[in-house]
Order: sequence, then structure tokens, then C-alpha cells
Amino acid sequence: MKQITVLSGKGGTGKTTLTASFTVLTRNMVVADCDVDAPDLHLLLHPQILETQEFRGPKLAVMDKAKCVECGVCRDHCRFNAISDALEVDSVLCEGCGVCVVVCPEEAISLNERISGYAFISKTKYGTMSHARLNPGEASSGKLVTLVRYNARQIAEKENRELVLIDGPPGIGCPLIASVTGVDVGLVITEPTLSGLHDLQRAIQLLNHFHIRPVVCTNMYDINKENTEKIVHFCEENGVQVAGEIPFDSIVTEAMVNGKTVVEYSPQSLVAREIETVWENVLSILDKE
Amino acid sequence: MIISIAGGKGGTGKTTVAVNMALSLDDVQLLDCDVEEPNVHLLLRPEINETRPVYVPTPKISEDSCDYCGKCSDFCEQNALFVSSEKVLVFPELCNGCGGCVIVCPQKAISERKREIGTVKMGIAGDVELIYGELEVGEPMAIPVIKEVKRRIKSHKTTIIDCPPGTSCPVIESIYDSDYCILATEPTPFGVHDLKIMVEVLEEIGIPHGVVVNRAGIGDRKLYEYCEAHEIPVLLEIPFQRKIAELYSQGIPFILEMPEWRERFQEVLDRIKARVGK
Repeated sequence: MKQITVLSGKGGTGKTTLTASFTVLTRNMVVADCDVDAPDLHLLLHPQILETQEFRGPKLAVMDKAKCVECGVCRDHCRFNAISDALEVDSVLCEGCGVCVVVCPEEAISLNERISGYAFISKTKYGTMSHARLNPGEASSGKLVTLVRYNARQIAEKENRELVLIDGPPGIGCPLIASVTGVDVGLVITEPTLSGLHDLQRAIQLLNHFHIRPVVCTNMYDINKENTEKIVHFCEENGVQVAGEIPFDSIVTEAMVNGKTVVEYSPQSLVAREIETVWENVLSILDKE
Repeated sequence: MIISIAGGKGGTGKTTVAVNMALSLDDVQLLDCDVEEPNVHLLLRPEINETRPVYVPTPKISEDSCDYCGKCSDFCEQNALFVSSEKVLVFPELCNGCGGCVIVCPQKAISERKREIGTVKMGIAGDVELIYGELEVGEPMAIPVIKEVKRRIKSHKTTIIDCPPGTSCPVIESIYDSDYCILATEPTPFGVHDLKIMVEVLEEIGIPHGVVVNRAGIGDRKLYEYCEAHEIPVLLEIPFQRKIAELYSQGIPFILEMPEWRERFQEVLDRIKARVGK
């Protein structure tokens, strides 16, 4: 079984739009949405949830006011400023580390588990999907990503699928690292803007750091062809393979508004055909991995 | 006054709004808290006059005093410590620097060392003071870098904070203590879906907020219907225009070429001031 993660560094370059189209184009695959704090893939793939799992993220310090003698030791030791002068725990700032529990001389504080989100295993028209939903504002999205990926691999093994396709989150921090570790290829979707180019470079550095083969696709390449050339040049200089370029087309947004992938909504359009070409190229690179 | 710019979905124009707004106002500092992929400096091209490393505390084990009792690894909720019968392994990337292992060690075998995970850069671009963080590639934890950026907020200035995408902890850290949050979004199903999650976050924390619609004209009317139903003010609409997109692709804040927008951003600030009462 092979695994590929779609990432971008910069947000809004078209990761989810393209991942959804790739899913439609491929059989024998499990798709995973690892953008757990702002997931959008389900808006195009319309999964039917078969199984829901509770996700327990960081714990939360809870104070027993009856035992508290207001000494303030907990507040003084908390490095996250999560205990106020009035000795109330701020549930947003609390990281659930447990320092307050061990320093409290009255044993008035305990750590409670809390449900931080849910993981789902779902059925779509194109195969099984693993996804999740982190509760708004929660921490620990990396752990939930790990659960989504674990579920995806389990399904792939059970159903004898050859590929796990992962829609990654933006950025290069904890949830993205959790989305790329151990995959065969990282497909970086970029755009021909100064920010796109800058973020692409950091995304490729990250993939190199974790010894993952990077492959690049420039979306909306005709918005600034000069920058697209710069991207291609950068890839050549750094030995990074390019899977192709996809033009800007308002039909992409139109398809999204209709809750459909581009390759279904307008299969004959140039943009749909270019998406197919890019995906074929990616799969042939993956084959050689 | 602190105004943060968030949105949920990535690429909806947070940085565009933050930069153009900062350039339209007086006495402004602009903080780029998207430390994983900071972009503000690409548009502002500041003169950097100070760079500071960001350190986090991480445990250092004295193997001479350690008797491998395992209390530190039992305590650590991050699983950053592993104790075997004759060895202690520290996984610094997982450590959140709470300091608990130092406290629970009965042998006093744990001290802390500083580990560099990123940098904070400070500079000036015209009248705008810029502070931005950069997480080192390969480091997972953005929060300590965001904190270091925010430590440089000056209360007498108008502070604009460009937030990272998403709706989880780095966003919370960035928007926390803001007087107002501008939600930059686009009128598409993805934009609206992620905006709703951000609105839930802001309602829970209690930060007043309004929407700036970027790429107005694409997509559909659902965003406007949602804002109206939830009484969220639409502060400004930036149309989907080839010129604006081209300028952005070249890294040029559109306000420099389209100065008529200056006044519109000033009006946004006036509306926010009236709402916040400052």
C-alpha cells in the first residue's frame, strides 16, 4: 500500500479541490481528510458516515473549590497563564499538562478528560473515506490527524486497497507533520504568487527534512506565467519533479458551488483534462517510489 | 487596540486585508502570527533591524543522579519522555515546556535547557512597524513563536495581527486578547463552511467580529445570507478583479496602486472603534 499527501504550505491553493477530483479519478483507494480543524473535502465527496469515534485530546485541569485554600501555588507554576488571579482555570489556555495537580498542597486539582472532536469512517460513491472534525478552537490536531491516518490504513488493509490519498492541512507545523510522516510522496500544490513560491520552498524543505519525495503542481498557473516559470526553475534547480500545471477557470468555483468535483461537473473542460494529466503523472512517479 | 485577521479557510485574503489595512492607517504595528508560512514581509519588504531566536525550555537528564524510576515519563502528558531500565530518552519536539518533569523527579535529576525553535524578526516598512515570527522547518510547535511575536504588542498603537489559517490552537493563540476580529473569507462553500467554525470559536471566547468578503462576485450568496441571519456585519467587499489578483501575485499591496481603497479601510477601522468603544 502506498500513501500520498497533498500539501501546500500556503492555504487556498486548491489542495481540497484537486484531492476531490483525484478521488473521483481513482479506484482501489482510500481517501483521508487530514485538515481536521477546517475540513472541506466532505463538501464535494458527500460521505455517508458509517462509524463515529470520540477523540480525546488534551485533558483539562479542574479545581475543587471546596478543597482550595487559595494559596496560588498552581497559578505561580502554570507556564501557560491558564490560572487567573482569582484562581479560575481558563479552558482555552490550559494545555492539560498537570503541573498544577502536582504542586497543589491540598490535592484540590485533577485532570479531566474531554472530548476534543470526532473521527469518522464513511462511505462515498468513490470508496471509503476517513475524516474527522476537531471541535472549534481545540488543540492537539496532530493527534487527531494520526487517528485519521490510522483509520485510513486499517481500511486500506481490510479492503485490500493499493493507495491512501491524504488531503493535508495548510502550514508546516504539527498537523502537517503528522499528515506527511512516512508517506511515499508529498504532492505540493502551489500558485504562481510571491507568497505561493515562498511557502512552496518551505514545504519542500519540510519534505526533505522527513525524507519524503516532493512533487510539485502549479495551480492557476496562468494568473502569473512569469512566476510559474520561476516555480519550474526552482524545481529544476532543486531536483524536484513537476507533475504539471493547471489553468485558472471559474468553472472550478462553479463546480464547488454545486457541490461537485470539477472532473464530474465539467469533464470535457480544459481544466478537468489537465487535472487528469497531473494525476496520471503523479501516479507514475508514485509507481517508481 | 488589537485587531486580528482570521478566517478559517486558507488563502481567503487574510494577509491582503492585514497589509492593506495597515498601510491605510496611522500609528500601526503589524504582527504576522502565521509563523509556519509568514508572508506579510513579502508584501511589505521591511528593513529588518532586529532578529531574535525563540527558545523553549526542554528537559535535560543528569544520568548520574537518575535512578530510572519513571515518574517523569508517567507524568508527561505529551509523551516526550521515555524511561527504560537504564536509559532516559527525551523527544524534544513533543515537549511543550510545562516544566512538570523537573518538579516530579524525586532525585532532582532533571534540569532544563534552552532549545531554539524559531525566530522573531522586527523591522520597519514606511510608517508600519512589522514584527513576524518564523518557525524553524521541521519543528511542530508554533505556539511559543506566536507568543514571542505577541509579547511585542504596544498598547498605545493600533495593532493588526495576521493569523494563520485553520481554527485550532495557533489561531486561538493569535486572536486571544484581541479587541476585535476581522474574518476574511470568500463567498464559496468552503469559505462559508470554515467561517462558521471560526464564528463558533469567537463566540466562545467572546471577541466581537465582522466579515470582509474577498473575491466578491465569485461563488454564491450563501455567505451573505449566513451573515445576515447571524447579524454579523459585512465590513468591506474586495471584488474579484484581475488587477488585484495580479498585484498580489507580484507581492504588491493593491492599495499602493489603487489609493481610493485607503479611505474604505479607514472606514472599517471607524466602524470597529464604534463597536468596541475605543
